[in-house]
Amino acid sequence: MRWRTVLPLVLFAVLAVALGVGLTLNPRDIPSALIDKQVPDFALPPVPGKALGLASADLKNGEVALVNVFASWCVACRAEHPLLMELARRRTVPLHGLAYKDAPADSARWLAEWGDPYERTGVDRVGRVGIDFGVYGVPETFVVDGQGRIVFKHIGPITPRDLESKILPAIATARGS
Amino acid sequence: MKRKHKRLTFVAVGMALLAVAVALMLVVFEGSVVFFYSPTDVKEKQVPPEKRFRLGGLVEEKSVAKASDGLTTTFRVTDLANVVTVTYRGLLPDLFREGQGVVAEGKLRPDGVFVASEVLAKHDETYMPPEVADALKKGGQWKGEKSVKKP
Amino acid sequence: MIPELGHYAVVLALAVAIAQMLIPLIGASRALPSWVAVARPAAVAQFAFVAFAFAALMYSYIVSDFSVINVAENSHTLKPMLYKVTGLWGNHEGSLLLWVFMLTAFGAAVALFGGNLPPTLRARVLAVQAAVGVGFYLFILLTSNPFGRILPPPLEGHGLNPLLQDPGLAFHPPFLYLGYVGFSMAFSFAIAALIEGRVDPAWARWVRPWTLAAWCALTLGIALGSWWAYYELGWGGWWFWDPVENASFMPWLLGTALLHTAIVVEKRDALKTWTILLALLTFALSLLGTFLVRSGVLTSVHAFATDPERGVFILLFLVIVVGGSLTLYAIRAPTLGNGGLFQPISREGALIFNNLLLTTACATVFIGTMYPLFLDAVAGAKVSVGPPYFNGTFAPLMVPLIAAMAVGPLLPWKRGDIAGAFGRLKFAFAAAALVALATLYFAWGGPVLAVFGMAVAAWLIVGAAVEFAERVRLFRAPLAETWRRALHLPRAAYGMSIAHAGMGLVVMGIVATSSWEQEKLLIMKPGDRTSIAGYDIAFEGVSNVRGPNYSAARGHYQVTRAGAFIARMEPEQRSYPTPPMQTSEAAIRPRTDGDLYIAIGDPAENGGWATRLYHKPLVHWIWFGAFVMVGGGLISLTDRRHRVGAPARQRGPAVQPDVQAAE
Repeated sequence: MRWRTVLPLVLFAVLAVALGVGLTLNPRDIPSALIDKQVPDFALPPVPGKALGLASADLKNGEVALVNVFASWCVACRAEHPLLMELARRRTVPLHGLAYKDAPADSARWLAEWGDPYERTGVDRVGRVGIDFGVYGVPETFVVDGQGRIVFKHIGPITPRDLESKILPAIATARGS
Repeated sequence: MKRKHKRLTFVAVGMALLAVAVALMLVVFEGSVVFFYSPTDVKEKQVPPEKRFRLGGLVEEKSVAKASDGLTTTFRVTDLANVVTVTYRGLLPDLFREGQGVVAEGKLRPDGVFVASEVLAKHDETYMPPEVADALKKGGQWKGEKSVKKP
Repeated sequence: MIPELGHYAVVLALAVAIAQMLIPLIGASRALPSWVAVARPAAVAQFAFVAFAFAALMYSYIVSDFSVINVAENSHTLKPMLYKVTGLWGNHEGSLLLWVFMLTAFGAAVALFGGNLPPTLRARVLAVQAAVGVGFYLFILLTSNPFGRILPPPLEGHGLNPLLQDPGLAFHPPFLYLGYVGFSMAFSFAIAALIEGRVDPAWARWVRPWTLAAWCALTLGIALGSWWAYYELGWGGWWFWDPVENASFMPWLLGTALLHTAIVVEKRDALKTWTILLALLTFALSLLGTFLVRSGVLTSVHAFATDPERGVFILLFLVIVVGGSLTLYAIRAPTLGNGGLFQPISREGALIFNNLLLTTACATVFIGTMYPLFLDAVAGAKVSVGPPYFNGTFAPLMVPLIAAMAVGPLLPWKRGDIAGAFGRLKFAFAAAALVALATLYFAWGGPVLAVFGMAVAAWLIVGAAVEFAERVRLFRAPLAETWRRALHLPRAAYGMSIAHAGMGLVVMGIVATSSWEQEKLLIMKPGDRTSIAGYDIAFEGVSNVRGPNYSAARGHYQVTRAGAFIARMEPEQRSYPTPPMQTSEAAIRPRTDGDLYIAIGDPAENGGWATRLYHKPLVHWIWFGAFVMVGGGLISLTDRRHRVGAPARQRGPAVQPDVQAAE
């Protein structure tokens, strides 16, 4: 072995270690402070034109539910919207909407335009409840077990794959426990 | 020439090239590394004017306005925590829209308005540029921690 | 049912690949002919399974089977059939399947047509190919299965982005992949050679056609991608030094170096360890290109974080493939020997010079591309390295390379006469001077560097022509003699001259368009006139038109030059309802002196329309030149020396550096 032929290997090793270290320095998953915690206490009025508002008590009725954080200004929400409509049509799970930092009229128009998959909605005008939920972007979706405990959180738009591989299993586990 | 000398010639030429390349890189590097900031970074870091950087976030809803010359657009970029006003002269890219992620490159004016020389919206309908997504998460998390600590 | 069969076929291919990886290797090292013989049928079987899987996914796309998640996410019933088919590789999972499809196709080609290869070498090459395949199958099956189902199926798919429905984009990835995968052949040959402990001219002769084919495909892929960006993205750029572009450009640079250094091994039995190293690194960069682009890691390390499974797998795979091969290189390369001697001024010397410049250029691109990633990983700061860096480092390195490209082919092997070479290039000198003067005359006051750039490009083009004329002894021998020589000239010689001249065209296009581009941004009201680069443009107004799935505002512009009608140009601003988005369709008019480019924007308050005009001198020469280069490569590929078997290997022990080094 001569140093000249070992040099490429050494350089690559340095590169690989740097890349590996760099990756571990990064938070792999954004920690969700509220997983396995109770949902914050809140009671919100519904989006105009809807009957049922959303409150923490509604998430403690013994039934597993999804809480989807959305806003009319959020384009990614539009991307996941057809899937939510599909989910509502299938009636697999009660789906509630939290309109985050959005003018109530805009939310209402948005639901009218794109379809309304939600059973209950809450207007979180200033984002206070969203902050308590640990929301840092829209859309986000929470799986809440029947006792008001957050068991799963999905960040970003839901893809069909996410639904199949993460959210539905989380619901199944929550129902099982 | 001896075998050794010939090899030396090549090593010398190689080293010289490498030196030139390194010199070029050092000279050019300084000017062409552009930092990426979110509106929150801009507020917190006191970015000096005349420093080029990229600003990323969402185009705030109903913030887009055309100036009377018809070519200059102003809009606000938000990471849901802070907001920076941006002005840009030129045609906006196809994917530029309110509520959509955007990356703009330019400098801050002394009055705090970001003058963009380039507006990028290189992503499709469902996809957000990773930088913007990160910026949003960072901005949101920062805010979240603050208020969660409140009793 | 069909997707499940496709999935099952991938599992079977994995099983075959594992067998193909182990049995022939053991057989080759223990001299068991029956074990060695496993490689060929296994490679063919592997190809058959993957081809079936590929066809199964293709079928799901064609019939819009939205119960397959991958199809639901990336297709739509309203898409034209062409884009349904090409949508298959427009996403991570599908593109990986395309990758292994090509990989196994190459493997099967070696198995079926590699009859002139020594059986043990062929067995080892196929075993290494299978090992690469195993990595990809595991990646597909464990993290990126394209055959996953969703029940009940959605009624409609999600993939209907008009911006991505374009022939340039549809065929850009397959050619890139063909290039990347082609370099895997060079890699497999290099590993096999390291295992055997010998590299000789016969080896180089087997490797060259694969490398050349890969290079042609990659060149075409990059050119198509750049072309798409130019006419579809609507802002008139053709190369952005974007990480995604760089990821395909780096293997191209090293692959080009490999292409040239393999010639030295073939003709002179020299530079062997260096050639092996280049083959390993070219493929390593191809892998990097495949993975990092699709996973989005190049723009942000957080893309890793969003899908840690894939990120860790990719890192592990890269470490095993690159780390493993470089370890093997460190152990075995010193035993390969040095080969023939030569003077610094010689064909070999020129090719080394070419290699040094190409690898240095590749290194600067690599650092510029990876630096943001490292800074993000280590310091958490987000930066981007902009075009000034790349232009500032890359261009100065290319100038001596292009200058040397004309000289190198005129130097003889072993010992050259630089004065003689320059003497024979006097026509090229004259042409360069003439072009410089012409440039000064036509573009007085422009950038001085541009004059120099045009001159260097002319030097290269005419230099390539001079070299060709020398070979056929044009004007020095009777025409009949020239004709006879031209007929008997190997195709590879034609290919080289054409490819070099193509490079000259590319350089001219790049220099001209980046030096003398003119741009105008203004509001035009109906009846307004303006002019750019000597063309007069009159805006006649806007009409509303309706397309199959969009509505558009179409601007009408009439272009005249000195009163003579040139063209009507009609750029559009299109609005698609589902999903709601706007795209700008620029009108581009290619002319001899360059492209005229008009894009229309939003209406202004005063009834005018924002209009952007460009004149881009010689811009289409960039792609034309690239196609010429590919043409040269293809002609060279048809050289009968590549098809007819290489001369038999020298007999003798595997390691004999002293004998070969003796002058």
